[in-house]
Amino acid sequence: MAGTQSKSSGGRAKSATKARGAMKNVPALVEFSKDEELNAYREMLFIRRFEEKAGQLYGMGLIGGFCHLYIGQEAVVVGMEMAKEKGDQMITSYRDHAHMLACGMDPNGVMAELTGRRGGLSKGKGGSMHMFSKEQEFYGGHGIVGAQVSLGTGLAFANRYKENGKVSMAFFGDGAANQGQVYESFNMAKLWNLPVIYVIENNKYGMGTSIERASSTTDLSQRGASFGIPGVQVDGMDVRAVKAATDYAMEWCREGNGPYILEMITYRYRGHSMSDPAKYRSKDEVQKMRSEHDPIEQVRARLLEKEWASEDDLKAIDKEVRAVVAASAEFAQNDPEPDPSELYTDIVL
Amino acid sequence: MAVEILMPALSPTMEEGKLAKWLKKEGDTVAAGDVIAEIETDKATMEVEAVDEGVLGKILVAEGTEEVKVNAPIAVLLEEGEDASAADNLGAAPVAPAAPVAAEAPVAPAAPAAPAAPVVSVAPADPEIPAGTKMVSMTVREALRDAMAEEMRRNENVFLMGEEVAQYQGAYKISQGLLDEFGEKRVIDTPITEHGFTGLAVGAAMAGLNPIVEFMTFNFAMQAIDHIINSAGKTLYMSGGQMGAPMVFRGANGAAARVGAQHSQDFAAWYASIPGLKVVQPYTAADAKGLLKAAIRDPNPVVFLENEILYGQHFDVPDVEDLVLPIGKAKIVREGTDVTMVSWSIGMTYALQAVDELAKQGISVELIDLRTIRPLDMETVLASVRKTGRLVTVEEAFPICSVSSEIAYQVQSEAFDWLDAPVLRVTGKDVPMPYAANLEKLALPNTKEVIDAVKAVTYTA
Repeated sequence: MAGTQSKSSGGRAKSATKARGAMKNVPALVEFSKDEELNAYREMLFIRRFEEKAGQLYGMGLIGGFCHLYIGQEAVVVGMEMAKEKGDQMITSYRDHAHMLACGMDPNGVMAELTGRRGGLSKGKGGSMHMFSKEQEFYGGHGIVGAQVSLGTGLAFANRYKENGKVSMAFFGDGAANQGQVYESFNMAKLWNLPVIYVIENNKYGMGTSIERASSTTDLSQRGASFGIPGVQVDGMDVRAVKAATDYAMEWCREGNGPYILEMITYRYRGHSMSDPAKYRSKDEVQKMRSEHDPIEQVRARLLEKEWASEDDLKAIDKEVRAVVAASAEFAQNDPEPDPSELYTDIVL
Repeated sequence: MAVEILMPALSPTMEEGKLAKWLKKEGDTVAAGDVIAEIETDKATMEVEAVDEGVLGKILVAEGTEEVKVNAPIAVLLEEGEDASAADNLGAAPVAPAAPVAAEAPVAPAAPAAPAAPVVSVAPADPEIPAGTKMVSMTVREALRDAMAEEMRRNENVFLMGEEVAQYQGAYKISQGLLDEFGEKRVIDTPITEHGFTGLAVGAAMAGLNPIVEFMTFNFAMQAIDHIINSAGKTLYMSGGQMGAPMVFRGANGAAARVGAQHSQDFAAWYASIPGLKVVQPYTAADAKGLLKAAIRDPNPVVFLENEILYGQHFDVPDVEDLVLPIGKAKIVREGTDVTMVSWSIGMTYALQAVDELAKQGISVELIDLRTIRPLDMETVLASVRKTGRLVTVEEAFPICSVSSEIAYQVQSEAFDWLDAPVLRVTGKDVPMPYAANLEKLALPNTKEVIDAVKAVTYTA
């Protein structure tokens, strides 16, 4: 790791390197302003309420197939979205609802895609795992574990090719971190110094297998070491830590230093998918994370403590968020199914 | 307002389950996300979380109850400050249709309307080559190189990546000179990691570039087939038409010579079975050039299958400014009356020899070079079969589930009444490619087998 630091040059990189040292184990916290705290609170709460509603609709049989919820991991995508510039791309796996909501895709369209209706973002033809938006620079929604890592590296390749100064964020889980193509991508990304942040959302379980049972080494932030790609572990339950680490990694990429790895230590409260009873972990473990590290509760406590918001203010936000979610659920249930003629459209241009 | 909590489904197939345990009791305050109960099916136990906050007003289904139907109300949640009688009203009302949300469950389409039949798009004919156009003798190798160079001059978003394509000038010298002309930004040597660099190229295509991915041979593309099919081939559909992968996957495909089983396979049928891909497999240098240029301009992912044996062969190529040929259009190479022969790529070498030999014996063969495998130009094939009443196909690939199988299926389906003989196919043998020279020769088709097939369907053996 020390060796790779010497590759950075210039005043800004130097100060950033210092910050990285501080982030190594204890992520550097940059305190949020009142507006940032309120924004983070609203966005995370919105994702949670949306996912809870999706879970409910799944329970009612309105959403079919696979449905992977993001509950517990909200700080990761919200903190990263707060650090991103317009034009920076996101690409992720099948646990993708939150990324789409965070980057501004229409919640009605997301929910209607979950219910397989014509107003869904993919006209009902993609489903929970497959939605895209050129406008919001969201490149899916991929169902094959690890595939988005190579694809996301390709987005960064295009950024460098076009010299547009944009950074690609490729999200993947601790399970995908063992995929071969991840390392093929790391190699090319560093070889060609592509502007990509590899975001490992380590929620400690690849489906039902704990990271200790699947990975020979469990500090995933160091998985780029043999390629010369630096990385840090970040408290992915603290939105401020996520934002600070992402700010740093963005700068690293934009300055032409190549890829960066952010291992977000996070936790999903729900099972891998809706049909997973999560028997592989104890209830105490889940309860402990919820009561002591919940990303939303953390912000809520700070807002109240600093008197930046009253209980009533927060209730009002909750009400507002619920209304948007309820409207999306309403739309997703009443929107018609795709016209049968859609079966044969969008196959080739 | 009081809301009902409904029995949730653990999976799309679950119809009922057991309410195993209540974790909250009547009167308890509940926050969204709190676990309120556990339900069981024969497969799993699952926690039921509250979606709304409030006070658990009334439990409608006691714990331990079996066979609780999905979407049946199991409890009533009261808003803060709401009287428990609201629960009584809601829960006890025997006939009130009290589950508004469930009642609005998706309206099943009355009867599945028959989807519109797929539109069979007829590709336009080849552009007219003006009489008197000079013909230039050129190898397939040179034609492919020229096609890429012309398209790279035309569109700066087109780039070439693959193993040894730049400094080495191509493992089979297809990219000779391209690095010199276009520089290392656009002619890119990759590590020997097909899975990764193919995924990278698909990502670049999704972001608006037009990559040409060269596989040294398509045998190695099996490492990358997930990205060719799942990432490139399906994104347009999965995104409802919002984004796709305008790119070309090209390289040597099929048997070379004496390279053994792992390096000698024709993948046309694999890729041709995937909706969302186009598959091109040219024989002549002119077709290689015109179709590769078309493939690079095509807004879809195109799998462009070349053949190592053909790389060095010379063909006449019309000396025109911009030779672009239609993907999806077969070409009638020889007109004939007695039997239709359909072939493509290196299969054409056997076919042409056989046609010449058969002509001497008085059998007139109409020879069609498919050129594109997907979309398959069945219109041309069927028109010919309706004329001759007989069909023989010739290819080097394995016979089972082959392109020939598909052609034979479509012909019996669409032209059954015109057939005067069974459709016969000449293919590679159903064995991994052997190394020994004599065995390799036996594994491949040959001209005699083609002649024999024609004699069999014309009953002139």
